[in-house]
Amino acid sequence: MTRIVILGAGTAGTIMANRLRRLYAADIRARRTTITVVDQETRHLYQPGLLFLPFGGYEPDDLVRPLRKQLHRAVTLVRETIDRVESSANRVVLASGNTIDYDLLVVATGTRIAPEETEGMTGPGWREKVFDFYSLEGAVALRDALKRFDGGHLVVNIVDMPIKCPVAPLEFAFLADDYFTKRGIRDRVRITYVTPLDGAFTKPTCTRELTHLLADKGIELVTEFSAGRVDGGKGILAAWDDREIPFDLLVTVPLHAGAGFVARSPGLGDDLGFVLTDPHSLQAKVAPNVFAIGDATNVPASKAGSVAHFEAEVLTANIRRYLAGQPLTPDFDGHANCFIETGHHKALLIDFNYDVEPVPGHFPFAGFGPMRLLRESRLNHLGKLAFRWVYWNVLLPGRDIPAVGPRMSLRGKQFPRPLTAAVPEGLVPR
Amino acid sequence: MSTTVIANRELELDAEGFLQKPEQWSEEIGVELARQVGIDPLTDRHWQVVRYMRDKYLQTGQAPSIRSLGKDSGVSTKELYQLFPKGPAKLAARIGGIPKPHGCI
Ligand SMILES: Cc1cc2nc3c(=O)[nH]c(=O)nc-3n(C[C@H](O)[C@H](O)[C@H](O)COP(=O)(O)OP(=O)(O)OC[C@H]3O[C@@H](n4cnc5c(N)ncnc54)[C@H](O)[C@@H]3O)c2cc1C
Repeated sequence: MTRIVILGAGTAGTIMANRLRRLYAADIRARRTTITVVDQETRHLYQPGLLFLPFGGYEPDDLVRPLRKQLHRAVTLVRETIDRVESSANRVVLASGNTIDYDLLVVATGTRIAPEETEGMTGPGWREKVFDFYSLEGAVALRDALKRFDGGHLVVNIVDMPIKCPVAPLEFAFLADDYFTKRGIRDRVRITYVTPLDGAFTKPTCTRELTHLLADKGIELVTEFSAGRVDGGKGILAAWDDREIPFDLLVTVPLHAGAGFVARSPGLGDDLGFVLTDPHSLQAKVAPNVFAIGDATNVPASKAGSVAHFEAEVLTANIRRYLAGQPLTPDFDGHANCFIETGHHKALLIDFNYDVEPVPGHFPFAGFGPMRLLRESRLNHLGKLAFRWVYWNVLLPGRDIPAVGPRMSLRGKQFPRPLTAAVPEGLVPR
Repeated sequence: MSTTVIANRELELDAEGFLQKPEQWSEEIGVELARQVGIDPLTDRHWQVVRYMRDKYLQTGQAPSIRSLGKDSGVSTKELYQLFPKGPAKLAARIGGIPKPHGCI
């Protein structure tokens, strides 16, 4: 009997459970294989919706569904908190003291926000003047605060990388511009985007495009700001180098870390609690029968649902190979595909991987599209909204998206210069 | 990718000036790399961070993050930013001759 155990039933864990269930359907029926998933939650949260909730775009109920229902019946769900993985004994220890033995383990426990790790952040003013929108409670509290906000300085800040969905805070700033414009008070609100990076985004061509958009919308940009302290009482965001930014409302993307049990599991993770993972095969470094996927890994790809989807195709194939005694294929290329909501019913679309940065062009079909890459359009915005349907009905059940494979395609992409050439320093806005 | 000559050695650098081959590094090269990013002279406190960064990388294949530098290098986060304004992890990696930490995607 082969016991497959998946830790976490979020986006990646659910996709993997459903894909492996399909792959091993006959073995499961014959009781030769079991698939067990462990998660501490009862609800599955559609996290991309958290971006829209503060602006009244969704109600909390629109974004949550029962976690069990997203998993095929033949998958066993254990509702407990994971305490640690003992990979030398092929065993998972739960907080209750119960243990689960495995033959093959997939770690898909995502990333968590750690606002308490920044001095003062959860002190006075937390969820009164200082908010996150990366949790459901935070997003709901922020919605109520935005309703009350009738002018002043709104600061949107990323404390440090890595964060999940690295474009979400930018989108938040764009949507805030839209929201206050519609409320007729945009002239009374100053919006500042404060980032530890040296530009609006991490990839040069995309950074240029996004910097223009920020300027067009009158959003100020402060770069290379490493936030070290928050004083919610006085309304001050301070950097480690002592620069200070006063705010009336702070929307922060707090520090991210891997699930707490990763650090308690010998050899499993790095110093932030992300699982040490081969970036191409998705095998964990700790043991050959341990794999990792989604936000939980330390691979240098975006932490996004679309990435988890592309990884899942590669990981399913590699698990099949591993269990059949065949060599793994290093097929994952870091493919990410993200809509960037820019407000006023428009969005950008970016498609990139480990080696190729986002560029303009058409997607997924060259010359035709219908989606435009790195250009604002209404169709992209509709694509972003349609993603919620795609998420519940295509991604989570573990189906493939037509015409979009796990490996990034160069079709339809327009490169500003030969792919190998370096981007000159001066092109990155500072 | 480009090459440069420091201390009579030809070195391979990436587009942002990070050494591509850590084994090409020497302390003399570290001093020159520091000068290029405006850190001159390199004090003992700088060296403590640079050496910690480089040793960790050579042991684990991973550059430590700023968060663990602040906890484990013996230099507080506050002081790290005084020593390496704007980006302690990035600058210490560059001076220590190891690839750019890939925290940012
Ligand atoms: C505001 C926002 C906007 C976003 N927008 C987009 C977007 O537009 N497009 C996109 O592709 N992605 C987007 N994302 C990112 C996307 O939601 C995540 O990348 C994705 O959900 C990651 O899936 P995962 O399975 O790795 O982690 P998660 O879905 O977070 O799942 C982790 C699971 O592990 C469980 N778990 C953790 N620790 C334990 C433990 N100790 N014991 C038991 N269970 C545990 C948790 O309960 C959870 O269910 C967005 C995210 C946010 C926050």
